[in-house]
Amino acid sequence: MSIVLRQGLIIGPTSSVIGDVLILDGVIAEVGATVDAPSDAFEVDARDCWVGPGFVDLHTHLREPGREAAETIESGARAGALGGYCALVAMPNTEPCLDNVATVSYVLARGATTPLDICVAGAITQGRRGEALAPMAEMAALGARLFTVDGIGVQDPSALRRALLYADPLGVRLAQHCEDERLADGGTMNEGALSGRLGLTGRPALAEELMVMRDIELVRATGAAMHFLHLSTARSVDLVVAARAQGLRVTFEIAPHHFTLDEQCCEGFDPAFKVHPPLRTKDDVAALVGALRRGDVDAVATDHAPHAPELKDLPFDEAPAGMLGLEHAASLTYEALGGAQCDPAVFFHVLSRGPSAIAQLRREDAPPRHSAHGGAVVAGEDANLTVFSPSTRWSVDRSTLTSRSMNTPYDGRELLGRVRATIAKGRLVVDQGVLT
Amino acid sequence: MITSIRGQSLLSLNEISREAILEVLNTAESFVEVNRRTIKKVPALKGRVVASLFFEESTRTRLSFETAAKRLSADVLSLAVASSSVKKGESLRDTIATIDALGIDAVVLRHRSSGAALQVSRYVPHVRVINAGDGQHQHPTQGLLDAFTIRQVLSERRGTTGLESGGELFEGLRILIVGDIRHSRVARSDIAAYSTLGAEVRVCAPGTLLPDDIERWPVTVATNFDESLEWADVVGLLRLQAERGSGAFVPSLDEFTFTHGLTVERFARMRPETLIMHPGPMNRGVEVDSRVVDAPAAIVEQQVANGVPIRMAVLYLSVAGSGESL
Repeated sequence: MSIVLRQGLIIGPTSSVIGDVLILDGVIAEVGATVDAPSDAFEVDARDCWVGPGFVDLHTHLREPGREAAETIESGARAGALGGYCALVAMPNTEPCLDNVATVSYVLARGATTPLDICVAGAITQGRRGEALAPMAEMAALGARLFTVDGIGVQDPSALRRALLYADPLGVRLAQHCEDERLADGGTMNEGALSGRLGLTGRPALAEELMVMRDIELVRATGAAMHFLHLSTARSVDLVVAARAQGLRVTFEIAPHHFTLDEQCCEGFDPAFKVHPPLRTKDDVAALVGALRRGDVDAVATDHAPHAPELKDLPFDEAPAGMLGLEHAASLTYEALGGAQCDPAVFFHVLSRGPSAIAQLRREDAPPRHSAHGGAVVAGEDANLTVFSPSTRWSVDRSTLTSRSMNTPYDGRELLGRVRATIAKGRLVVDQGVLT
Repeated sequence: MITSIRGQSLLSLNEISREAILEVLNTAESFVEVNRRTIKKVPALKGRVVASLFFEESTRTRLSFETAAKRLSADVLSLAVASSSVKKGESLRDTIATIDALGIDAVVLRHRSSGAALQVSRYVPHVRVINAGDGQHQHPTQGLLDAFTIRQVLSERRGTTGLESGGELFEGLRILIVGDIRHSRVARSDIAAYSTLGAEVRVCAPGTLLPDDIERWPVTVATNFDESLEWADVVGLLRLQAERGSGAFVPSLDEFTFTHGLTVERFARMRPETLIMHPGPMNRGVEVDSRVVDAPAAIVEQQVANGVPIRMAVLYLSVAGSGESL
């Protein structure tokens, strides 16, 4: 299959230029002001669009195996493709969880039948219990590059230190959900301006920040690398940015809901707004947007967390935490980066180059059975590309999302900027905003 | 801001005007008289159906609401949680839909989750929902009956009636609320009602039993309990759940009594006219000494008695709505 992207603004790390991109046999064959394409090449009109490396999501809950009513690997991949993603890192909190060769192999095999690269974050510990180590070397041999017990973090500092010491020589990276569960106290929203009045138990910012501080020190002590998942407070981001500046091997992601929504959303007790870490204050939202615009953020990750409708129909304190993300993350990131003022290099950095480096998906380090992501748009790179239209307006309608679930907190919201086309593993998966 | 609960659900006292509160109190005055009659029944809600759904244990509130509904001649559908499908795993939404399918005008809802009443009101927007206590959030009829009781007792002392007093006597009235504010829906509704009516509200509690956002509430936080007792015109006590006093929030129930219990000694130093209130059920010997409860200044029984006329007023205004006379 040959594809030619015509006259898009091709976004490089430092400069951008209008031109054509020719894709032959899954690889970028030629990039130039105008290129000659075979007569049977499929033409994508990329005028007024940005063409850049395909998005990579570090944080996707695909729910399979175990909760296929909420999402499957296939439906999650399709939702991801519409959101401009070419690779998704599947979180291990499935049922059974991804803590062994059998379940990891299952997800990789199912993933290989989808249009995207489905990568796996394995569990750090057996059963995600935060105690005994899971067979990380065996899972790494299959291609797992990130390990986490996301949902909750590893609470026991001794277990985490051991995991860091074990993981580092394997060349893999641990990813922590930072919230001290004892301090979070079973809380259901941010502790602060509203939780007391609503009579909801709060999850304090301190529960996240204390664990970030602790884990930074464990990284310092062990010399290992760590990725911080979905940081949600101004202080957490400051802490990790400072640690990174000191030369520690730390990276972090932020999630669109944390830089677009604040705790006030919980006022109506709608479980669509329940998520862990919780939606924080307006000041935190502003700080996250500031970090994004300054280029301090390593990755935007969705924490796409589908839940079947009946689970989000429960009372607020009983409903599970989590919200959808894949299909609107790029638009929300574009808006947060200033819309028309958005720097496309930063946009493609946080959605593609940054996460590709963290997940080890670039050409120099891509694991077996995965194509390379996050590289420059140049001849010879694997064809994983996203075509983004900055001027397209669209409205989120939860009933028409491709995800199997409907738990988006953005239902009815008008967004600016939309994915026009996704070329994943060399195939045109999305064109003109719809699945091909 | 709700300016009248006529035809409306009653979910919270947070977004409700002074006029709306006084309308309920004034309506309740006329129902006090009904409750003194030999035949304690009026046809105001004849043919209307009120569903009483208590998903959490409660005796007094449930009896009070069901008595109120029956005295208004409403038909009462009562869901006994222990025997319902809720125990079989049916969702709140499905339970409400099932009850709604039977044809109802109002739901009186008690639930252990904060916000449950608001959620139910979204499930069945055509049905009036009366919040009978949702988690740690709100218990609006308790707040209304407490305000009603204060007005009633103070009006009688002044040789007038609650109706004639209107809202005036709340202006500058000093009300102290003591105890587990953090976990109390009663405290939240009381504070909303009292402050909206113009009272000056103080709270006093161990640091662990204050809500996280107390600085945003329309109250001042007092650290000196003994001084506050002398300051107060009304003292509202709250129930301390035994599990809060098992080392989690305060070291022991005994220590709570030592720091914040209304003991005989403290009572002796209070001004004799200061009213003592408690929403019940009381832990005698923990937040209040038995002998204090039995003193004339304690108006706990009037609170219970006023529960019926207040709930009659709320049901009447909410369900009958406008355009219908008693």
